Amino acid sequence: MTPQTDALLRTRVLHALDDVTDPEIPVLTIADLGILRDVQVHNGVVDVIITPTYSGCPAMNMITLDIETALARAGIENFHVKTTLSPAWTTAWLSESGRQKLLAYGIAPPQEGSGRGSLFGTVEVACPQCGSTDTSRLAEFGSTSCKALWRCNTCREPFDYFRCH
Amino acid sequence: MVTNTISVSETPQVLYALRRADDALILGHRLSECCGHAPTLEEDMALANIGLDLIGQARALYALAALREPSLEGGRANTEDTYAYLRDVGQYRNLLLCELPNGDFGRIIMRQFLYSAFIDPYWRAMMKSSDVQLAAIAEKAEKETAYHLRYTSEWVIRLGDGTPKSHDRMQAALEFLWSYTGEMFDTDEAEAMLQAEGMIIDASAIHDGWRTTVQTILDRATLTLPQSAWMQKGGRSGRHSEHLGFLLAEMQQLPRSEPGAVW
Repeated sequence: MTPQTDALLRTRVLHALDDVTDPEIPVLTIADLGILRDVQVHNGVVDVIITPTYSGCPAMNMITLDIETALARAGIENFHVKTTLSPAWTTAWLSESGRQKLLAYGIAPPQEGSGRGSLFGTVEVACPQCGSTDTSRLAEFGSTSCKALWRCNTCREPFDYFRCH
Repeated sequence: MVTNTISVSETPQVLYALRRADDALILGHRLSECCGHAPTLEEDMALANIGLDLIGQARALYALAALREPSLEGGRANTEDTYAYLRDVGQYRNLLLCELPNGDFGRIIMRQFLYSAFIDPYWRAMMKSSDVQLAAIAEKAEKETAYHLRYTSEWVIRLGDGTPKSHDRMQAALEFLWSYTGEMFDTDEAEAMLQAEGMIIDASAIHDGWRTTVQTILDRATLTLPQSAWMQKGGRSGRHSEHLGFLLAEMQQLPRSEPGAVW
């Protein structure tokens, strides 16, 4: 294997991984979410490095399985999916296109720097339906680990807010 | 057929990882018992989510223990699953606080608050561990426990400074749990060794900050810090309350009665 063929293989892997989405938020790819940390190719052997959003994220096994399936479909055989904990995943890694996709999907993207510390969190979150900032938090923990449940006081719609982490 | 209990070679590093893993697993399991029983759907999801975070942290710590434990006779090695499912009461190393029965919603919240106010600064300090794997686990866990602390603090205030009934229940929960908090700050010879190497921090260094956090929230909640200084201990060395046996019986029933079951 030459460095050139390794580089070509890496491009094929990245292309194949473009189709792997988060099982809980299917509009985001694992690259959009920042779960996919790196793809390394040495002498034809591929290492796909991923990191969990939350320690107990129940989607990790499924994401690993989806990666294996996507690579096998692309005819790539010699690969390992590895999990790393550090640096710890943060919502700052969410790509700009990922934030736009979230919004279009009806989930308010995270407000950076709002995650922690303050009691009765005072973050301002715009409603993904109507854009109003007259919103209130219903619950700190929502339908998945990464979301909180909010409500818009203008259009009265409840919505998910992707928590800053 | 019943699967035998495993033996564990508890070197200081293994013991340390098992203690923290057991705290997270047992408390996470207690929270899982609330699933479908919390007062409202939102709080049901919150408690389940916190439980999920803790069980995830436990997995990372058990995996680390497995990595560090010397191989057993015949080259066999323990795994996340064997630590969780095939150790008996006397081999569990968790804090007594984590295994106490749930009681009402107020007690569940108070127990989680007292623990979160300790474990969040604990993991934050552990991010500087000289052990890169422990530092990585700490970095991950701390982000999660910061939310647990905020969530439980809000509820302690809301219920403590709520109706006379909710206030009395929160005060009763605090009195019930208080004597179990001292164990969090304990240290022993095994841990002193790891402290000397810079692998772990001295938990007693967290005590004053914890006390300040607790006092601040209790003041806002109009609750009174118990005066009793006597503290109940034993979990770290395997001397547990009767409650842990019942918890393990439920948690371990399937893997013990159907060894090697997969699905």
